Amino acid sequence: MGIDRGPPHLGITVDTIESVYRAESRRVLATLIRLLGDFDLAEEALQDAFATAVERWPVDGAPANPRSWLISTGRFKAIDRLRKTHREVASEADVPLELSDSEAYDVVDDRLRLIFTCCHPALNPDAQVAMTLREVCGLTTEQVAAAFLTTAPTLAQRIVRAKSKIKGAKIPYEVPARSELPERLASVLHVIYLVFNQGYFTRPDLATEAIRLGRLLVALLPEAEATGLLALMVLHDARRATRTTAAGELIPLEEQDRSQWDRDQIQEGVALVERALTSRGFGPYTLQAAIAALHAEAPSSAATDWPQIVGLYDVLLRADQSAVIELNRAAAVAMRDGPEHGLALIDAILARGELEEYHLAHAARADLLRRLGRKAEARPAYERALVLTVEEPERRLLQRRLREL
Amino acid sequence: MKYLCLVYQEEKQEANVPRDQIEQAKKDYWAFAEDIKKSGHYIVSHGLQHTDAATTVRVRNGKLSTTDGPFAETKEQLGGFFLIEAKDLNDAIQVAARIPSAKWGSIEVRPIWG
Repeated sequence: MGIDRGPPHLGITVDTIESVYRAESRRVLATLIRLLGDFDLAEEALQDAFATAVERWPVDGAPANPRSWLISTGRFKAIDRLRKTHREVASEADVPLELSDSEAYDVVDDRLRLIFTCCHPALNPDAQVAMTLREVCGLTTEQVAAAFLTTAPTLAQRIVRAKSKIKGAKIPYEVPARSELPERLASVLHVIYLVFNQGYFTRPDLATEAIRLGRLLVALLPEAEATGLLALMVLHDARRATRTTAAGELIPLEEQDRSQWDRDQIQEGVALVERALTSRGFGPYTLQAAIAALHAEAPSSAATDWPQIVGLYDVLLRADQSAVIELNRAAAVAMRDGPEHGLALIDAILARGELEEYHLAHAARADLLRRLGRKAEARPAYERALVLTVEEPERRLLQRRLREL
Repeated sequence: MKYLCLVYQEEKQEANVPRDQIEQAKKDYWAFAEDIKKSGHYIVSHGLQHTDAATTVRVRNGKLSTTDGPFAETKEQLGGFFLIEAKDLNDAIQVAARIPSAKWGSIEVRPIWG
């Protein structure tokens, strides 16, 4: 028998309440924000509700519906707090004490309202990320600050400013109307993908958090691009274990140990891609996921369906004329037609004056020159790439390539 | 809630706009104003004369100083405003997006205190 960390009355322990906290706190918070119309007040109410649970549940037993209990208690405590401090609240008069079921379980999940509010394009982009990680994912200010290499006070200030804009400019707590959805959803997807990429090398917990957010979004709002983004993240994540050596050096795709890729995740990712491709309105995330799926399903780099990958990049370029996508297409062309063909395309991009400062353009160019045996030209290209590269795993790979030339 | 929609555009560019486009813009503005009167958003609006007609006034230590020109030199200049009543920021953004100048200039949406 395990050791209980709390009073063992009625079988309710601190562990029980902690697991309820993990499962329900974000959902309860999202509803409290709607009911109280204020982020800070809702956060205080959430803490009060759980503090009360720690006191009451071991004595009274756990309520039949913990979520509903926490929402009611939180709201009651908030109103109590407001009365005591005489804080101004516009809605006090119309905040009833009894909570009806339809209020606790709105047709639209409040977490969706919370996501759209945190990712509102009228908020500063950094604040969108910070608000999402804090309010939707429940990370502490310190955790978010560490992930984005900033200090907790700076981040806290960003959050304060965002909350005050939500209140001052009256950013509504709602899921946008159909007509606004494409723009607003794009902003949410962007934030989620940013969180995912931030954790790509060093913070698997952030990648996991981004995938969790992606899953939540797809469950609540199964739009094609939301599904596409989830697929993309799941497929990238399936290769996590094989992306770097034990010494922290990046392993390029063609050298990764494919037997170590997570087959369950690949299967899930592929199914998501297929679902997204057959729904209306899929776009760049779905297309990138489709490319990732082809890589994930290929037994080796040589046996990859490069013609189809090039074809998908062509479609992607039509949707989004970006030089970075052109560069990725060039790398795929090199695999399909030979390194010299890819090299010509990369040189053409650079000749236009684009991607001059982008490390991957020079790294890709260097790799193709190396494969063509043109070592004298490969060296300066690797050196240029190294100067522009920040991430340590990528730097180590480039250094090894230089040594081996 | 009230929002002030400040319309910014490049004064210098206006001289280069062909006559028929200016006429079209006037019609679009008129139609837009009618539209938001009907929807109940409209409170008041005005177009402003160019910044060469502007005077900036300051009082420091009780002394009045008056200078020619706008408060700040910017690429785009304040050319007019719409004071609107909107449900919330999303509603205000939807209205601001329909201001004809949004297509070539910028609209700053500012909530009004209180």
